[in-house]
Amino acid sequence: MSEWTEIVDYFRGRSMWMLHYCTGCGAIELPPTMTSRWDMERFGITPMATPRQADILLITGYLAIKTLKRVVYTYEQMQAPKWVLGFGSCTINGGIYWDSYNVIERLDKYIPVDIYIAGCMPRPEAILDAFVKLKEMVQKGEAKGYEKYVKNYEWYKANQDKVLKRTSPVLKEIEKVTKIG
Amino acid sequence: MVIVEFLIKLAQGFGIGALALATGLLFGGIGRKIMARIQRRYGPPFTQNYIDLFKLFSKGSVSHGWAFDLGLVAGFAPMLAALMFLPIGPFTLLPSDSSLIMIVYLMMMAYLGMAMGVLASGNPNSAIGMSRALMLMTGYEVPFAAVIFSVYLFSKTGYLTQIVAQQAGGFMNWNIVKMPLGFLAIEIALQGMLGEKPFDQAIAPAEIASGPMVELGGKYLGFGMIQHSVGLFLETGIVVDLFLGGAPNFWIFIAKQFVLYFIVILVDAILPRLRIHESTSFFWKLPLFLGILQAVIVIIQGGVLNV
Repeated sequence: MSEWTEIVDYFRGRSMWMLHYCTGCGAIELPPTMTSRWDMERFGITPMATPRQADILLITGYLAIKTLKRVVYTYEQMQAPKWVLGFGSCTINGGIYWDSYNVIERLDKYIPVDIYIAGCMPRPEAILDAFVKLKEMVQKGEAKGYEKYVKNYEWYKANQDKVLKRTSPVLKEIEKVTKIG
Repeated sequence: MVIVEFLIKLAQGFGIGALALATGLLFGGIGRKIMARIQRRYGPPFTQNYIDLFKLFSKGSVSHGWAFDLGLVAGFAPMLAALMFLPIGPFTLLPSDSSLIMIVYLMMMAYLGMAMGVLASGNPNSAIGMSRALMLMTGYEVPFAAVIFSVYLFSKTGYLTQIVAQQAGGFMNWNIVKMPLGFLAIEIALQGMLGEKPFDQAIAPAEIASGPMVELGGKYLGFGMIQHSVGLFLETGIVVDLFLGGAPNFWIFIAKQFVLYFIVILVDAILPRLRIHESTSFFWKLPLFLGILQAVIVIIQGGVLNV
């Protein structure tokens, strides 16, 4: 049985389809990574259009609280096994947005991150390095963030709720306020 | 004895299905490699499609109701059924004197089955993608039908094995020499059938999030991939049987199919995507004109009307 798991893990590492969530500025580093200069398809990594099809969720850069909500939806729509790749220092400690009121500092508190790429900006070489590292982790069976999320769901959910409640509308009773006379 | 014969046929049917799938996936992988080299990339290994398929079947998946499940099977089964009537090299599993009509009919059923499945997911992107796919089908089916009509008139039979037999005896007997305009029309229609650029409006990833496939994940996407690969084998196989004289054995058959697919990839690599109404009206102009012209030439040459 464990041999079968090893075989499955080997092929999973060779074919990772990526969904890139590009609201941060790191998105600009991805086109050269995908195209002729650095060509990530040679590792079996292809950009995909929807969360249902993807294995990797690549979060490029900072996440405002409102976009965090969409990231959590997206992550939960993906099918296990799935891995999250935090890209740039904004996902590690907030980066230059470390004291911003509407940007989260640590992505790891809200969804499990398997591997981080440090830097502002990380170059395409760094991204490819992270992909190769992630491939090795998957093939050794070390990248188990999705299982961590299921096990510690209450903790993640509490953290998400704590920041997401700040996105509720400021005006509670809009009809009353906008009513004339 | 009947049961033994039936079991042998059944095993052969499974064999043909597996062979078509393996060949289709291999073509897809080589196609990705060729495309990468055209773009001056190194590209994935040519076995990448097998790895992808294996991975997809090892993933979890979400269903969207029984019509969704049934639709994927209904999209995949007619393709396999059509393969049974296709002469692959010298071998045909179910010889039938109307195999050409049968294949054309079953191919259309496959797309309608897929439409039922993906529309059951209720995603607006898949609805847009599917409406584009069916609209494209109304485009390429018309010149395709005109070419089938010419071949029918020329060979005076719908029995594919017999059409192949009539082309025996060297290159000059192939239908591509006798009906060059028809071949040109069907080659353009093939580009649309395989959904390659400039006719890839149905699965425009950056535009409508890969259209019909938007809600397919894991094993469901694996079935979609199987359907595409078997369809690739079937559609190139028909053109080989109709125009390139079939083949004495399986390897030459695959080689001829690959030549057709290679042309499709080269066109795919250099052309951008058309809009959907542009491509449909294109199919109704140039390829349809070529197909009808071919039919008229066949009628005048063969004196079909006098018979």
